[in-house]
Amino acid sequence: MKSGFVPWGERMSSGTRFITLLADRLPPLRWLLGLLPSGRGLVILIPYVWLVAFFLIPFIIVAKISLSESVTAQPPYTEIIRHIASGQVSFAAAPKTGDAADATGGAPPATTTQAGSDQGSVDTPDQSAAIKGGPAEDVSGGFYVKFNWDNYDYLFSDDLYFKAGKNAVFTAFISTVICLLIGFPMAYGIARSPAAWRGTLLMLIILPFWTSFLIRVYAWIGILKNNGIVNNLLIWLGVIDDPLPMMNTNFAVFIGIVYSYLPFMILPLYSTLEKMDLSLLEAAADLGCRPWKAFLQITVPLALPGIIAGSMLVFIPAVGEYVIPELLGGPDSLMIGRILSNEFFSNRDWPVASAVAIAILILLVIPIVAFQYFQNKQQEAAT
Amino acid sequence: MNKGLSWFVLILLIGGYVFLYGPILSLIIFSFNVSKLVTVWGGFSTKWYGELLNDRAIMDAVKLSLWIAAVSASGAAVLGTMAGYVLARFRRFKGRVLFTGMVSSPLVMPDVITGLSLLLMFVFLEQVFGWPAGRGKLTIVLAHTTFCLTYVAVILQARLSQLDQSLEEAAQDLGCRPLKTFFVITLPIIAPAILSGWLLAFTLSLDDVVIASFNTGPGATTLPMVIFSRVRLGLNPEINALATIIIGLVATGILIASVLMSRQEKRRQRDMQLAVAANK
Repeated sequence: MKSGFVPWGERMSSGTRFITLLADRLPPLRWLLGLLPSGRGLVILIPYVWLVAFFLIPFIIVAKISLSESVTAQPPYTEIIRHIASGQVSFAAAPKTGDAADATGGAPPATTTQAGSDQGSVDTPDQSAAIKGGPAEDVSGGFYVKFNWDNYDYLFSDDLYFKAGKNAVFTAFISTVICLLIGFPMAYGIARSPAAWRGTLLMLIILPFWTSFLIRVYAWIGILKNNGIVNNLLIWLGVIDDPLPMMNTNFAVFIGIVYSYLPFMILPLYSTLEKMDLSLLEAAADLGCRPWKAFLQITVPLALPGIIAGSMLVFIPAVGEYVIPELLGGPDSLMIGRILSNEFFSNRDWPVASAVAIAILILLVIPIVAFQYFQNKQQEAAT
Repeated sequence: MNKGLSWFVLILLIGGYVFLYGPILSLIIFSFNVSKLVTVWGGFSTKWYGELLNDRAIMDAVKLSLWIAAVSASGAAVLGTMAGYVLARFRRFKGRVLFTGMVSSPLVMPDVITGLSLLLMFVFLEQVFGWPAGRGKLTIVLAHTTFCLTYVAVILQARLSQLDQSLEEAAQDLGCRPLKTFFVITLPIIAPAILSGWLLAFTLSLDDVVIASFNTGPGATTLPMVIFSRVRLGLNPEINALATIIIGLVATGILIASVLMSRQEKRRQRDMQLAVAANK
């Protein structure tokens, strides 16, 4: 064996030795093997590459498509980097003519999703004729990068998107607060209950999470409907004569979000409350501190990491929630995630849907980064 | 200080459990309702279970969803274990910050964004490389593997950082290669964590409607997609029956798992007591 070629260091098994022997006979293969990472590197590389490919790059593509134009082609957007032969008709910015009012309707994803793929082979999107409007102009040859900011202009020009964003943040915020108000006493109660019970009580919190999310949201339709369980009960008791309209209101959306995300609030709260040193409370009591004051000055600050983690776990996904406002909300409970889905599935406007996605990300970037910061800090504290 | 719970906390705790289980209970009760008007009691019947079993669309979707969930959970378990191992054991490497970010972001990323971004990437890949040709089972599996692997990674990271590393060090001191150490020493210890990660990934995949809707194609309709499209039209007693079956299966599975786990725990405690007694 030629000296100097030991690509995997000393950790060579018989299998790798066979490959290195083979590599000695074939110089190009030897060069390729030299590029191979070590065992440690490989363990890092595989999940790394997967996440870059399926998590990071998709966002770059979303950003790219949000800057392209909507066309009636397959796929329905233009390329932003194109080679144009001289004299060819160029793509020019055209004002968006989408009808925003459609966004409240929306067809079920289950029936419309085929639209994305049923047109068989993909034509090159270079179909200038299909691009909406715009005057033709003569250009010289070469590569052109065309950023089309119209999708973003459109988001700002139409009140709908701003309102939906505001409404989503508002709804998510209120739901997070309600989750905290319900979740904190529950987590506190579990953490202070006899040790033998805690496992079971905690399991009972997690159990609904393992059953279908959709089905749990569905359950509320039967409860909140005009002839649903609550209204039937109240009418039977004689409290009300006419059913209270609860379905298709923001109230129903709050309940749906709180119900679905409550375990995410309780679990981190429980883990901080359970670790708490109870002698601190005893010391406070010995020094004459009233229980509620001790609670506010000792328990709550110590539970703060759990409060933050739980609130982030509820707030961030709730902002982009689609299923709950779609099933429980009314036409006025527009949330930004619902707008995105409707732009995509009903209007088939991929560039605007991408622009909405980027807008949601910008809205959520601060909470997400904060979440990661606290997550890392807690992990470092734990290890 | 800890002299039981105050009445106030106890009432709130019980109220919380009623809030969590009331709706589920109502689903189960009304699945046995004879009336098609789901919330008006008409008498006891199991006819909706019969209709459910004869519903081809739902049964096909169940099969497809179980297949997708099993494949994605397995992929997520392998990749998530690797990612968790990297996070727990490799303190320094180039791009660790990005890696940590990519593992924890999908946990909170709204489904609509994950779904849309993956779909646009699949379309882009198809344009450039001609793969994956169209969307369907494969693209759903890839999407689910991606968002499930981060949950597995978080579970595994937590388990691995609690783990006593002296066993692995002992094995390596005795000349065991790192790869063999992992498979012979580490893997058996973390196997329960991988299993619970797999189960979580399986459930998440089985439960997802938004990401699947974005990445699906003709002929690939998963169970949540069928449920969603029916539920939008209003209450449906068949869905109540389906819900009852799902809840029953999950509850039975968790009951069996917790009995097995507590038995294992008791055995371990007994072994430890025996070991302590023998050393005296």
